[in-house]
Amino acid sequence: MKQRTIKTALAATAVLGLAFAGMASAEPVDDTLVIDGVEIVTKAAGAAHLDGALPEAMSGWHFRDTETRAMQADDFDNPGMIYVDRGLDLWNAVDGTEGKSCASCHEGPEAMAGLRAVTPRVDEKTGKVMNIESYVNDCRTTRMGAEAWGDKAVELTDMLALISFQSRGELMNVAIDGAAAPFYEKGKEIYYTRFGQLELSCASCHEDNYGNYIRSDHLSQGQTNGFPVYRLKDAKLTTPQGRFVGCVRDTRAETFKIGSDEFNALELYVASRGNGLAVEGVSVRN
Amino acid sequence: MKRQFMLGMAISAFSAGVAMAQVAPENVEFADGAIAQSLSGTAGNADDGKKVFGTAGLGNCVACHAAVIAADIPFPGTVGPALDGVADRWSEGELRGIVANAKIMFDGTIMPSFYKTSGYIRPGDAYTGKAGTEPLPPILSAQQIEDVVAYLLTFKE
Repeated sequence: MKQRTIKTALAATAVLGLAFAGMASAEPVDDTLVIDGVEIVTKAAGAAHLDGALPEAMSGWHFRDTETRAMQADDFDNPGMIYVDRGLDLWNAVDGTEGKSCASCHEGPEAMAGLRAVTPRVDEKTGKVMNIESYVNDCRTTRMGAEAWGDKAVELTDMLALISFQSRGELMNVAIDGAAAPFYEKGKEIYYTRFGQLELSCASCHEDNYGNYIRSDHLSQGQTNGFPVYRLKDAKLTTPQGRFVGCVRDTRAETFKIGSDEFNALELYVASRGNGLAVEGVSVRN
Repeated sequence: MKRQFMLGMAISAFSAGVAMAQVAPENVEFADGAIAQSLSGTAGNADDGKKVFGTAGLGNCVACHAAVIAADIPFPGTVGPALDGVADRWSEGELRGIVANAKIMFDGTIMPSFYKTSGYIRPGDAYTGKAGTEPLPPILSAQQIEDVVAYLLTFKE
């Protein structure tokens, strides 16, 4: 069905020749992401737990145009890297009643290497889903004596950028069994629920129609391995749950809140759909 | 004076006629996915329908559908089938039914229902992300549906 749709559109392109110049190809681009001489894994066999729903997992990088892909391949051109630097300043900044910075306990940010690849994950003691943002705020409130940063605070996205960057190139390996199992199931249910007046699920666009265009937007698989993402249209970093808010809103639905049980479960589930793809550090999308 | 009065009466009668002919979203009758009766009671205007078809804040049909006849509207999508020749393949009533609520003709289709007001999961207040209260206003008005159908009826090969 999808193939036929694409062919029909391509036929129309051939007939018209103009006006369609921006969408010459509907397929994800066959390209390799190399940053500083290191190849980043942007394609992987679909995770077994998806039962074939995704034959191949693909980073959103493959769905962006040549200029945007090139921007991510060079850290000097990647606008998201500025936020990594800002995150490092925050890492070293003392805050709160305990007179501590992140560095006081963890030393360098490289101590966080690997964390981004296995989160969100379920905390064994509390049974809560923890992503990077919730770990940072937990540390601030329980160890630093500082206030939690707000859901949309730039400090939080800066820290997410810094900590994600420490895991660049590591393969996503989010656990879905054990304590994570009920959250996985809940996230999966949300993923396939058609919300809002447009009655669209995550799957409607990102499983059934990736590779197709919705107006000028080339639909990707909605993978989260690249997050935080520098979106050129927003000129700022976006977190996975920040993007969820935008997506659900655009179905003319009442969104869930960042940090809600629903979005925590959904983030875990969506991340697990990209197991095998590499953490990109800070990605660039349009 | 008398003539003005008569004219006023005529306009009132005409308005009443329109109001009576309009079919509310919850009263629409489908037969095999088609809607035989005009939803507004007023003939559709294809030019207005083209605006609804191409405007993001209205029908935004072009977001998913391409067609040679609509090639002057930029960035047609590929999520839905190309619409070339739909007027040859579908009747007016079938096109009206598909635009109003495609899920009745095509079970499980991704296509949103443009003349439906309730039965949603977490319905929102348009694109605000805030909660909406059912019945929601339909995405398109009865007349906008008729206008889009009139435009689609020009899609001949």
